[in-house]
Amino acid sequence: MAFVLVPFAVESVWVFWPALQGFWFSLTRWDGMSPTTFVGVDNYVEMAGDATFRGALLNTVIWLVLFGGLSVLGGFGMALVLQKERRGVGFYRAALFTPVVFSLVVTALVWRVFYQPDGIADTLLRAVGLEQLIRPWLADPQTALYAVILPALWRQIGYVMVLFLAGLKAIDPALHEAARMDGANSWQRLRHVTIPQLKGVNAVVLSVIVIDSLRSFDIVWSLTKGGPYHSSELLSTYMYSTAFQSLRLGYASAIAVVIFVLALAVILGYLVRAFREEA
Amino acid sequence: MNKLRTGGFHTGMILLSLLWLGPVIWVVVMSTRSFDDIAAHGVGSLPRSFTLDTYRQAWTDGGELRALINSMLVTIPSVALSLGLAAMAAFALSRFRIPGRRTILLLMLAGNLLPPQILLIPVSKFSELTGLYDTLWALIAVQVGFGLGFYTFVLHGFMRDLPGEIQEAATIDGAGTAQIFTRVMLPLTRPALAALGALSFTWIFNDLLWAITVLRTDDNMPITPALLGLQGQFVSSWNVIAAGTVIAAVPTVAVFLRFQRHFVSGLALGAVK
Repeated sequence: MAFVLVPFAVESVWVFWPALQGFWFSLTRWDGMSPTTFVGVDNYVEMAGDATFRGALLNTVIWLVLFGGLSVLGGFGMALVLQKERRGVGFYRAALFTPVVFSLVVTALVWRVFYQPDGIADTLLRAVGLEQLIRPWLADPQTALYAVILPALWRQIGYVMVLFLAGLKAIDPALHEAARMDGANSWQRLRHVTIPQLKGVNAVVLSVIVIDSLRSFDIVWSLTKGGPYHSSELLSTYMYSTAFQSLRLGYASAIAVVIFVLALAVILGYLVRAFREEA
Repeated sequence: MNKLRTGGFHTGMILLSLLWLGPVIWVVVMSTRSFDDIAAHGVGSLPRSFTLDTYRQAWTDGGELRALINSMLVTIPSVALSLGLAAMAAFALSRFRIPGRRTILLLMLAGNLLPPQILLIPVSKFSELTGLYDTLWALIAVQVGFGLGFYTFVLHGFMRDLPGEIQEAATIDGAGTAQIFTRVMLPLTRPALAALGALSFTWIFNDLLWAITVLRTDDNMPITPALLGLQGQFVSSWNVIAAGTVIAAVPTVAVFLRFQRHFVSGLALGAVK
């Protein structure tokens, strides 16, 4: 009995109790020093009129679609191409996987070099005669968000690839054999054998991607801190700067609650799946 | 035709691999260039100089040595503690008919799926309250608490599939619960523990958000936030920043290479289950 109680108590103190407090704080005004004042839903009302919040929400959706969508497509594509054992495959897999072990801060600094004025991006553009496209990639509000998504993708694709490779390996080769006997071409086999067989993995990958997207913080914080002019601001970075730089702890908690609500559907879906397996 | 396809496959994959490895190689090369070389020719040019002084600057002047020690002081106890506690919980939940065990398991997993943002403010206030704020203890505690749910869930799945006869045999031989746990279950769970250990090492080592939430003093920062600080300290010394980046990446790459098999199977553990 004590075997469960101790770990559970540790998690309660550092996760469950703080989470409940987080909801409570979102209904207060607090600067961290003076006592908290209860303000009801004022923070949420303020949020509705906050242009920065709306921008961050929109950017989070863009992030979810581009970062999430492209890493699933890229990771799945790479897993399909590299699923068969043949010469060189081990090396290619390792190459794509390498960035996964780097921290996002390391990733950010690697790509900073790429985006520097006269860095690799500019040098390459100049080499192919597209000088007119050169701009301060991370400092231009029009490109900052996308310039941050690219490194995040670079790191995520290898990770998603490994998940799909594991799933593909678990498919019984006899199914493909049978489909081939029935005269199915490779596209039909992908559509009607591989993808349905991957249902379990798909669900996990989707949950991982959505949760990862909503959590994304490190890469944005290390590259742009959400700037310039909030153009690459995500809900997670806006929440952090509101809390620890503007010291508006109540309002920041309300933003955190919004992030939680966005993640809730996915979390519940994941738990329902886990529940069914345990049954 | 077949030869052509193989050739096309390899050409495409080599180009793609270059796209992935290129930026990394570029940074490694840049870390050995001199300041004058970069100032004169820019970060995008090929190297015309070679020096290792950049590593000395990042290591001592940039404070990466201390940051790396901090990282190890946090990461190693966090990994050991969270896996130990998770193994205990998983053992109890998978081997004994504890009432409500499924709810407990899912509740613990749910805690790990929460967006950390909702916890940041309460956790930082709680660590101030307990006097742990700005100490490595706070970081260890929060890493253990937050990671526990996931590790317990994975280990539970693994232990549940071990045959029950082993436990019965040990009981007949007169082993107590604690002995069964340490002498029988833990050795049998080693593959899963190794996989989770390699994974959690990189996760905790690479963390930025929790570190900057519960720590304030530069001297206490682990390597990941310290690397961001280095960027402020050596604003345009790209060679020193590159050297610092390489230093920060080496430990996780080493763990990955050493535990490669476990690492990948660990990532897959969650996916196929």
